[in-house]
Amino acid sequence: MTYIAKPKLHHPDLPVNALGLTRRDYEGTISTLCAGCGHDSISAAIIQACWELAIQPHRVAKLSGIGCSSKTPTYFLDKSHGFNSVHGRMPSVLTGANLANRDLLYLGVSGDGDSASIGLGQFAHSMRRGVNMTYIVENNGVYGLTKGQFSATADRGSKSKRGAVNTDEGIDLACLAMQLGATYVARSFSGDKAQLVPLIKGAIRHGGAAFIDVISPCVAFNNHEGSTRSYDYVRHHNEAVNALDVITVHKEITTQYAPGSVQEVRQHDGSVLRLRKIADDYDSSSRISAMSYVASHYARGEIVTGLLYLEPDAVDLHEHLGTTAKPLNELGDAELCPGSAALAQFNEAQR
Amino acid sequence: MKRLEAVNDFVIKFANVNGSGSASANTLFAKSIARMGVPVSPRNIFPSNIQGLPTWYEVRVCEAGWNARRGGADLMVAMNPQTWEKDVAEVEPGGYLFYDSTRPMPAGKFRDDILVIGMPLTEICNATYTDPRQRQLFKNIIYVGALAALVGVELGEVEKLIGEQYKGKEKLLDSNVKALRMGHEYAVKNLPCPLGLQVRRADKVGDRIFLEGNNAAALGAVFGGATVCAWYPITPSSSMAEAFAKHCRKYRIDKATGKNNFAIVQAEDELASIGMVIGAAWNGARSFTCTSGPGISLMSEFIGLAYFAEIPATIVNVQRAGPSTGMPTRTQQSDVLLCAYASHGDTKHPLLFPQDAKEGFEFTADALDLADRLQTPVFVLTDLDIGMNERLCEPLAWDDSRRFDRGKVLTNEQLEAGARFGRYLDVDDDGITYRTYPGTHPSRGSFFTRGTSRDRYARYTEEGTAYVDNMERLVRKFETAKHYMPKPEARPSAKPTRYGAIYYGSTAPAMEEALALLEADGIHLDGLRVRAFPFQDSVIDFVNQHDCVFVVEQNRDGQLRTLLVNEGALDPTRLASVLHYDGTPITARFIKGDIAKRLTALQVTPLRRTAAGGAGGE
Repeated sequence: MTYIAKPKLHHPDLPVNALGLTRRDYEGTISTLCAGCGHDSISAAIIQACWELAIQPHRVAKLSGIGCSSKTPTYFLDKSHGFNSVHGRMPSVLTGANLANRDLLYLGVSGDGDSASIGLGQFAHSMRRGVNMTYIVENNGVYGLTKGQFSATADRGSKSKRGAVNTDEGIDLACLAMQLGATYVARSFSGDKAQLVPLIKGAIRHGGAAFIDVISPCVAFNNHEGSTRSYDYVRHHNEAVNALDVITVHKEITTQYAPGSVQEVRQHDGSVLRLRKIADDYDSSSRISAMSYVASHYARGEIVTGLLYLEPDAVDLHEHLGTTAKPLNELGDAELCPGSAALAQFNEAQR
Repeated sequence: MKRLEAVNDFVIKFANVNGSGSASANTLFAKSIARMGVPVSPRNIFPSNIQGLPTWYEVRVCEAGWNARRGGADLMVAMNPQTWEKDVAEVEPGGYLFYDSTRPMPAGKFRDDILVIGMPLTEICNATYTDPRQRQLFKNIIYVGALAALVGVELGEVEKLIGEQYKGKEKLLDSNVKALRMGHEYAVKNLPCPLGLQVRRADKVGDRIFLEGNNAAALGAVFGGATVCAWYPITPSSSMAEAFAKHCRKYRIDKATGKNNFAIVQAEDELASIGMVIGAAWNGARSFTCTSGPGISLMSEFIGLAYFAEIPATIVNVQRAGPSTGMPTRTQQSDVLLCAYASHGDTKHPLLFPQDAKEGFEFTADALDLADRLQTPVFVLTDLDIGMNERLCEPLAWDDSRRFDRGKVLTNEQLEAGARFGRYLDVDDDGITYRTYPGTHPSRGSFFTRGTSRDRYARYTEEGTAYVDNMERLVRKFETAKHYMPKPEARPSAKPTRYGAIYYGSTAPAMEEALALLEADGIHLDGLRVRAFPFQDSVIDFVNQHDCVFVVEQNRDGQLRTLLVNEGALDPTRLASVLHYDGTPITARFIKGDIAKRLTALQVTPLRRTAAGGAGGE
């Protein structure tokens, strides 16, 4: 990992968003990942999503753990504060950061080793607590930085580059997130930007724990025959259940859709998620049936992608805790310190 | 038999079964004595268990005001048949044994050098109450009444305390007072009142308050402005987080909205709790966690991150006996080295050593300032003895002109005005650099926080010179820390001496008493109570000014001594360890005995004996 700043010159006709910013204003330094790495496509999708939503870059805090995926926050949003924490522990750091200032957007970026192996506990508990965040796992089923060991999301029976067969059951983080109470759960593929960008946008505008499992092939260690995370394998087994449009300023549906094939859901912040059904029998409003659908298709070797589950009226950790609307990090002496008179009363009660 | 006679200077020990409701009755008894103006220091000695195992409550009555554990028992209130033999054996010769005589005990179960006082407590309760729980709970109050009569505790003071405790719950109040009086009347009529041990009204308590260390530290966190608390339950620290929640409900609810000006998360483990603390502090909120030794072990990786990435964190470690699970409900000062050097690589951390609840309050508030000022994890090292016992201490004080020291943080205005910002750029030459909170400015002040090596502008680098530059600055920062840490407290001896004693934390009360006892025997030592690490120069000078310095602490390996030798480059032969680490609080008797013995050995030249002389008896 080295630090290579990107030149800031850009074409004068680059489109600008509502803030007058171009996509380039959402970039970071030049990626040092392998050429063709799925993670770079995810970084590009994050940039695109933030630009389209006209998010102020400095109002985002981007946090990660350790691993290839966790390096990526350097490659986008360089006006945001970033935090590359310790292996598997990004969720707790993000939770603390979120408690300190509920007004920022929290973007957690992690990998399958970081979230499903060493960090499974913290992953699980951040979902349970309903931390208001967008949690993206760049899932390649393999440890890249340490050169090709299986991670905990590798499918049983899949082959490593060296030919070893994985005998351990793979963990499906999306299913786990649904079970643990995440209120926005999606799966996508780094090679499908059209699907991924709206899913990230929807997650950012979601008011609770949003989780996206993004299958992101590792070109160096997990893109071979026998792998279930290779570009070829994922393309052939990708079963999208729906397509999402995120509408921040609501417009009437003008396109003609077959009856029952489009569903609109309004999230807590007013954004509207327009879901176009691809699989007729898929219901993203029911956690139980979503889990059952995903699991039964997984048994057939299919990777279900799309917005898997949505609870639009999510309640987040701050609501659970009843914290004040003002960010805790803005409270001063007057609000926080009870002072000597209160202390004198306290003393009196201890005699 | 010569029975013990003492006024305002004795130890009563209650032997109970845990879960029987004895703790509140025993506390009531102890507080009543304090209300009579007589200093008292109670200690809970309890198992890692909820119900059914032995527990003790020691009450030292001491007009001279010594707060340390004395050791031994002059009056044993033996309410637990399981520990009968041990409890009876512990009574000082000429002392007293109070027991429930409902079931007759064989004569062999007693000692003939103590006075035995039997009271048929169970019989009285069974005759008065029908509900089994009531029988149990009121039995405790009844013996408090009886003891009040035996040792001269004024019933009025006990009743006043019951009145305060059950204010607004008249039914409970009346029934407790009734039970208390029943015990008292029985004792006056049937027991040998008064005993040789008597409490006599005095004016030695003054305006001191009766306070538990964890409660005080929690209040310190409130006054110090902590808004985020993340914790994982572990004895003996859990009651601090619970007290923080209680104090927040009282002091931190926004009046207009009813919303909380605080956030408390019970995390899934200590790794997550310190992670949350670090995340919150990184984002500009004051945050803390409270834990004990095993928690620090788990937090160590994160502590290294906070050290290296320079993120504030306040960690209160209520120490218990280790290693491993050790003795979770017994006290020790055995995490000094662990905390001083926690985490891999070259790390060191500021430590604070409060001696009692009052300093627990002050140092926790200070730690929040220090963590922000120094941008590093700061430890408050208390222990079970301080944390989980109510003790008399000076009333807490707060200067209303004091403001939170948020340290070096650049604001939006400063960035807008063009302030030069390098996250790890030492512009003031004190090793402390400026930071920014996330979200401060649209185009200036953002940086990437990481546990990997970086240059002065927070850019990743594996350049050796940049790495060393940064590590050297961290040493400079640690040097700067000395100016902000509480200074040691000297307790000079009455006469010039070549000997000194260094002590810290919960050892202080026993040490001060021991120094007075030694002085009475003509042995003079200068005392120095160390209150923080890194050590100020005055600590190192103190050692160099004496031929021999005893370092008195409650662990096996002399951890503070090691730290002194290591950090002060001191000659180890000048530092002698006095160590007590069986899990019970150290006593003045122990310290005095150990130091007197060693000084005698140092000063007395052994007699030469010829082989023919043999080893004659005395």
